[in-house]
Amino acid sequence: MSERGERTDRLGAEGPAPLWEVFVRARRGLAHTHVGSLHAPDAELALHNARDLYTRRQEGVSIWVVPASAITASSPDEKDAFFDPAADKVYRHPTFYEVPEGAAHL
Amino acid sequence: MYGNDFPGEDPPGGLLGEVEAAEAALRAAAQQDRDAAGPGTDLAAYFAQVVDADQKIEPRDWMPEAYRRTLIRQIAQHAHSEIIGMQPEGNWISRAPSLKRKAILLAKVQDEAGHGLYLYAAAETLGISRDELVDLLLDGRQKYSSIFNYPTLSWADVGAIGWLVDGAAIVNQVPLCRCSYGPYARAMIRVCKEESFHQRQGYEILHVLAHGTPAQRAMAQDAVDRWWYPSLAMFGPPDGDSTHSAQSMAWKIKRFSNDELRQRFVDMCVGQAEVLGLAIPDPGLRWNDERQAYDFTQPDYAELMRVISGDGPCNRERIAHRRRAHAEGAWVREAAAAYAAKQRNKKKEMVAA
Ligand SMILES: [Fe+2]
Ligand SMILES: [Fe+2]
Repeated sequence: MSERGERTDRLGAEGPAPLWEVFVRARRGLAHTHVGSLHAPDAELALHNARDLYTRRQEGVSIWVVPASAITASSPDEKDAFFDPAADKVYRHPTFYEVPEGAAHL
Repeated sequence: MYGNDFPGEDPPGGLLGEVEAAEAALRAAAQQDRDAAGPGTDLAAYFAQVVDADQKIEPRDWMPEAYRRTLIRQIAQHAHSEIIGMQPEGNWISRAPSLKRKAILLAKVQDEAGHGLYLYAAAETLGISRDELVDLLLDGRQKYSSIFNYPTLSWADVGAIGWLVDGAAIVNQVPLCRCSYGPYARAMIRVCKEESFHQRQGYEILHVLAHGTPAQRAMAQDAVDRWWYPSLAMFGPPDGDSTHSAQSMAWKIKRFSNDELRQRFVDMCVGQAEVLGLAIPDPGLRWNDERQAYDFTQPDYAELMRVISGDGPCNRERIAHRRRAHAEGAWVREAAAAYAAKQRNKKKEMVAA
């Protein structure tokens, strides 16, 4: 994903075929999940290749392909600062609240 | 274990069960990660802490340069092996004895191409490009498994490869599902799930031949005789001579030593060979009650080194074939790129108009 080092992100149209990240929805009702990546010259071929590579055994009902260069990633190195705002907001979780005895369906 | 349950269907146990357990462990480790502190300033300590806790290192994490280099080498050689490994069996697709066998073998060889591509993708997350990897293989600067430098002389060889070569590959690969590098571990889980079909189809081919005419039986035995020791050699040199092992174990790239895995493979094969009614070509093979394992004759490691360094029966043929296939495919890549560029330009013109 943009997870990878810069070198592969920069692959342009003239050089080797660009890198695509592949997301597969395994079944109706589930979100698309990242399954891997592949090289292809354009989106149409990327979809075809993704079907042949990642869904040979009916692993999916829908595929997304995304140019790797189009993804902006937060890097784990920045994990602290980037995700800190969520850490001190425990009140976003239902477990933060004490439910008085006798109150049902809460 | 594997294949012992042939031809019935048992719930997943044995090695496939281990793959599922590794997948569950991967999820559990990811769950644990929620509570872990971030890397802070001591990146090396954080790396060690993640590895020690059996969590996964991911592509953008800091990692020791030697860890990165070791992984690139190992994953790339693994990918090359899958790609070169298509050749020995590919030779039999057009000569498979029935339409059914042809379709099965085609699917199997296509899977191997897929394994190569999953693995190249995993290697690329470490900051090396696909084209560099392909060049390293074609120039002979990176190796592939020695086993694919042996010829497939008869149809029974396709069975022996599925049973023994894919079988040995599975024993090698199942522990890699727990490798500390996330993209490699995930690729291996996918690969191992597919490999079990490979091993079973090979085993079935041998089972049918072993219960056929005397000539078919002899052909099956001959194939097992030729593939047994090269398959044992797939686990690499004995532990005493293995150069990369200790560090790889510490990094949790490797989980068991070469000799441990080889022993495990032999212990699995003995029962499977009995069900086939074929002999393992080793007069020294016998149960050792004390060790609770089979004693067996080691493969010829001098031969292994010769084959790895380029002097096996088919080394030159395999690389020449790969180079030719790559060169002959160039026009397809160029045409696809030209078509993609043309479509892009058309879109631009439409937007401009
Ligand atoms: Fe494979
Ligand atoms: Fe295989």
